[in-house]
Amino acid sequence: MPDPSCKPPRTPAWLSWFIGRLGYGLLTAWVISLVVFIATQALPSDPARVILGPDAPLESILTLQRQLGLDRPILEQYLRWLGHALSGELGVSLDSNAPVGSILFGRFGYTLALLAGVIAVVVPAALLLGVSLALRRDSRLDRWSLSLLIFLKATPGFLLAIGLVLLFSMPHMDVLPAVSILDPDKSLLRQLQFLVLPVLALSLSALPYLTRMVRASMIEALESDYVVAARLRGIAEWRIVWRHTLPNALVPAIQGVALTLRTLIGGALLAEVIFSYPGIGTSLNSAIQMRDLPVIQAIVLVITLGVVLINLLADLLTVLLTPKLRTARRVTMIRRNRRGIQPWWRRSQTKAP
Amino acid sequence: MTDSRYSRWQLWLAQSQSRKGALITLAVVALALLGPWLAPHSPTQMLGSVYGAPVGAAVLGYDFLGHDVLSRLLSGGVSVLWMSVAAASIALFTGSTLGLLAGFSRRRLDQLITWLADVSLAFPDLILVLLIVSMLGRAPWLIVLTVAIAFTPGVIRLARGSAVTVAGQEFVEAAQMMGYPRRRILFKEILPNILTPLLVHFGNMLTWGVGMLSGLSYLGYGVAPPTADWGLMINENQAGLLVQPWAVLAPAILIGIFAYGTNILAEGIGRSRSRIGEKQP
Amino acid sequence: MNAIAGIESRPPVLSNHVLQVRDLRVELPGQIDVLSGVTFSLERGEILGLVGESGSGKTTLATALLAHARRGARIVGGQVEVSGRSLLALAGEELRRARGSLIGYVAQDPATALNPALRIGSLLRETLSAHQVELDSAAQQQRIVETLRDVGLPDDAEFLRRFPHQLSGGQQQRVMLALAFVLRPALIVLDEPTTALDVTTQAHILVTLRRLCKSLGVAAVYVSHDLAVVKDLVDRVMVMYAGRIVEVAQREVLFRQPGHPYTWGLLAAIPDVAQRRDLEAIAGYAPAPGERPQGCAFAPRCPRRVAACSVLEPQLQDLSSTQRVACLVPHFQALELLGQACVLPVIETLARAPLLEIRELNMAYDRQVLFDVSLRVAAGECLALVGESGSGKTSLARAVAGLGENAEGQLRYAGMPLSLASRKRDGAQRHQIQYIFQNPYRALNPRQTVYQTLSAPLEHFFNIKGAAARERVEAVLKRVSLPTSVAGLYPHSLSGGERQRVAIARALVCEPKLLICDEITSALDVSVQASTLALLRQLQGEGLTLLFVTHDLGVVRAIADRVLVLKLGRVVEQGAVDQVLDLPQAAYTRTLLENSPTLR
Repeated sequence: MPDPSCKPPRTPAWLSWFIGRLGYGLLTAWVISLVVFIATQALPSDPARVILGPDAPLESILTLQRQLGLDRPILEQYLRWLGHALSGELGVSLDSNAPVGSILFGRFGYTLALLAGVIAVVVPAALLLGVSLALRRDSRLDRWSLSLLIFLKATPGFLLAIGLVLLFSMPHMDVLPAVSILDPDKSLLRQLQFLVLPVLALSLSALPYLTRMVRASMIEALESDYVVAARLRGIAEWRIVWRHTLPNALVPAIQGVALTLRTLIGGALLAEVIFSYPGIGTSLNSAIQMRDLPVIQAIVLVITLGVVLINLLADLLTVLLTPKLRTARRVTMIRRNRRGIQPWWRRSQTKAP
Repeated sequence: MTDSRYSRWQLWLAQSQSRKGALITLAVVALALLGPWLAPHSPTQMLGSVYGAPVGAAVLGYDFLGHDVLSRLLSGGVSVLWMSVAAASIALFTGSTLGLLAGFSRRRLDQLITWLADVSLAFPDLILVLLIVSMLGRAPWLIVLTVAIAFTPGVIRLARGSAVTVAGQEFVEAAQMMGYPRRRILFKEILPNILTPLLVHFGNMLTWGVGMLSGLSYLGYGVAPPTADWGLMINENQAGLLVQPWAVLAPAILIGIFAYGTNILAEGIGRSRSRIGEKQP
Repeated sequence: MNAIAGIESRPPVLSNHVLQVRDLRVELPGQIDVLSGVTFSLERGEILGLVGESGSGKTTLATALLAHARRGARIVGGQVEVSGRSLLALAGEELRRARGSLIGYVAQDPATALNPALRIGSLLRETLSAHQVELDSAAQQQRIVETLRDVGLPDDAEFLRRFPHQLSGGQQQRVMLALAFVLRPALIVLDEPTTALDVTTQAHILVTLRRLCKSLGVAAVYVSHDLAVVKDLVDRVMVMYAGRIVEVAQREVLFRQPGHPYTWGLLAAIPDVAQRRDLEAIAGYAPAPGERPQGCAFAPRCPRRVAACSVLEPQLQDLSSTQRVACLVPHFQALELLGQACVLPVIETLARAPLLEIRELNMAYDRQVLFDVSLRVAAGECLALVGESGSGKTSLARAVAGLGENAEGQLRYAGMPLSLASRKRDGAQRHQIQYIFQNPYRALNPRQTVYQTLSAPLEHFFNIKGAAARERVEAVLKRVSLPTSVAGLYPHSLSGGERQRVAIARALVCEPKLLICDEITSALDVSVQASTLALLRQLQGEGLTLLFVTHDLGVVRAIADRVLVLKLGRVVEQGAVDQVLDLPQAAYTRTLLENSPTLR
């Protein structure tokens, strides 16, 4: 039985867990860099040949190899590459000869703006919708909304985007621009109309999963024993929803948002291409077509490290917001148990006849 | 209380959603498979005017090069569908095996597999596929393999999670005590009890697979023209959306219907009562 | 248990009823009744024990008193009046105000009934402010402190800042009591509040409860499946069966002279720590809602059945001023529970070689659970392992079964060394040592029929297949008193007791010599427990050795020859059952005995 009377320990257990988790994240990041490197530079097929195409003369291939440092041993290549990446020097674009960093900086900002816009729309909408649907479970509104969400979930993202273009950008209803021709000199805030359609398309494809997750977790909280106990104590219904269920139901949503972000990045790539939005998605697309190795490496690295960071933050937030994990005295309590040992007195849910 | 006479199949089909979903999916599959024979013209022959309007000979009009849209539609489904099914199946098979192993093994193996899955999950699906396809070329089997690799970590996580829950139940310990070989425990005790969530996920993977593969062809990384392919058709004819909407809409609708069908099927299976005490959303 | 009985009630000041229930009826969809015709009343300060097995409807009745029905059920008729107010007629805001201030409720499992995200202090304050708006914050604080002291909890600010998971099980349940009592309601409903707790904690909570009810004049309805627990707590007892009240009586009368055959059967089936007895099981099973036979629901199982019992449903009738029974042929004489006159011959464990020998077993999970445990079990005897939760008894049993991780020590079976990992044992050892789990609902593979579950070990150990296997399966089903038709069913079609029997059959089919039973009857009803224990005794008589893990000293007295008491991973006392339970040497054993509910 836990001893309830001791003083809180000096360093909370969650801190030591966090340091471990940080280490795990760094390890993952390093392996990712390895994978990116291998996938682009260390493949059996010669990258230089891949870049220049199958009919390039041997001369140019050798020159390119020397230029890219591909003639050095693999380990040396990797270490040089890693060293450059860590110091922020991401190489020079093969296509435009401009430093990769400067190419990507502005575009990265645009993509971040796009993602931020989507999150700002989807998270509140999913929370609102999920909670309302859970409170009105099995009503007509609930069933209709669920069908609509299923429909949205089933439609591939790029089809949604094209559908939106059809709806809003065709001459019969030219409300929003179909192509996002952003003026780099003007601030983004003044050109928000270019953001609307991409954000809408991505939001519609991200909404179903998050809404259903919030709804499910809210329903589980509403059906829990502590809510019934509170209701039987005569606590007002609004207070039960606000103080008793919401805090417990929303913590799992953090993981849901992290997962959504990860899928969003892939979807954003397609959306940027469809709308010609000048973000890193379109850069990646053209870099792949041009076989611009340094650009590809830089973009993929940035994206994946971002995902690792997001997961780390999500895990940290979850631990901090769950009192049981936050006040845990032992780090092992934060890791999930492999075997759930049930106490002897816990009867099963189903009553036998 | 479910009756012992009903087998799992009957439980699944008892849900109206799974019946609807199965029907829709099978209908689209049939259309794609039989389509090439039903097509009135050759899909690669330029027969009419560019973006020509629908006429008697070509019910859906002509596309950006004058091909008959209907014929291309009927012939363009096979590649997307077989690739989605293949990718989802490979992911299901490898992911389940690895996840089962992870959920039931010693700590080390479990940690290794989980960690590998986490690393793969750091790559957004599309990025991973694009990366490999760009470097290694776009042979269909390669694309299938990469999509399968993108899906596998999710299956591993699901299989492992379900396997751990099941392995914590006492009947698995009883089997261990009897001294049954590990393979027998994995496949006869644990696997039958995690089939349902795995199959739900399979349905979801079909949905995502269709989306991703058609997206890939849309971006130009799928089948090469002039072969007919739904995703490719959407890309090719996008410019003429105003003039000849059918060239874009028809394949888009079919993709959507297939994705919807598999989705509903997955939902229906998920709602059926053949799970061990799991809550339904 | 004398501590509780010693708290006398004050003579009632006003003898008006604080609770009156008339013709209460709760239904499931399809007009299947879960409860029907329930009529009773309660006086101020009186404690009523509501006793029944699973499926009797007692929990439904408990929540119906608060005008609440679980999902799917509906209260369709009757009246519930608390302090003169008719609860079933209230709705919305009025109902909310009545709940809590008029009636309190204490749930069964405090760990899940307390919100893990809220501190204890805020729960208490919130409950107060939801009802007593006229108290200002200083008065609220005063009331909270008083209540905490009343239930035996520390009243300082540091305690109020704790989260539920930082409290022990007993403290959590006391918090639930505090949440109910803080509003000073007229009536409190408690739904098996001590099932989740150890005997010692349970005893303390019952004392606290009785003291509070009597001193504050609060009436209580205490739901329980265990008659022994309520014996010293309550003033009156109400027994329910299949959704009907079958008997209501004053406490002494009920235990001395039960009228209804079902009550009689229950009392005869409860194991008593004070004397060894042959427990009598009640044959058959309680009907599920919707499967009630015509007439008296108990008739199919009743030994006193007459023809009229299957036609007419008996109503509650006064047998005397203190007892009402719903039966056409009630008992009129006193119940005599005869102890076994002769004590079982003491089996000399030292003379013969032990079947199982454990030397200095140490085991750890994230902390050490067993410290240098040694024991011996002779062939043909039943050794009981007793302890509260955290004592390590289950870990010990699992280690013997080969499921222990992180264990070191020496095990010997039939003179040969026994490995701690089941994988390293040879086939003979594996089939001779069998283990039966506590939870019958998870002990069988849901995707396999009973036949598949039973025939698999036959093929694995003895290479018996086909017709020979079928023969053996039928034989073992008969041995555990299950019909052979069960073989084609899946586990979800069976009840808990039946599933436990299939688990026992699975062990028997392996031709075991040593059977390890891990609290196998804790999840079962009393009558089913009696028949399972009888089966085990029969098996022991046929030559099986039993290692029986339990927390219930009554079961120990009923079935074991020798007993070993564990506390926090160490052996505290061991010896013959009668010796240890009648003349305990260790203080811990004495405490356990004092706090164990008994029928005497």
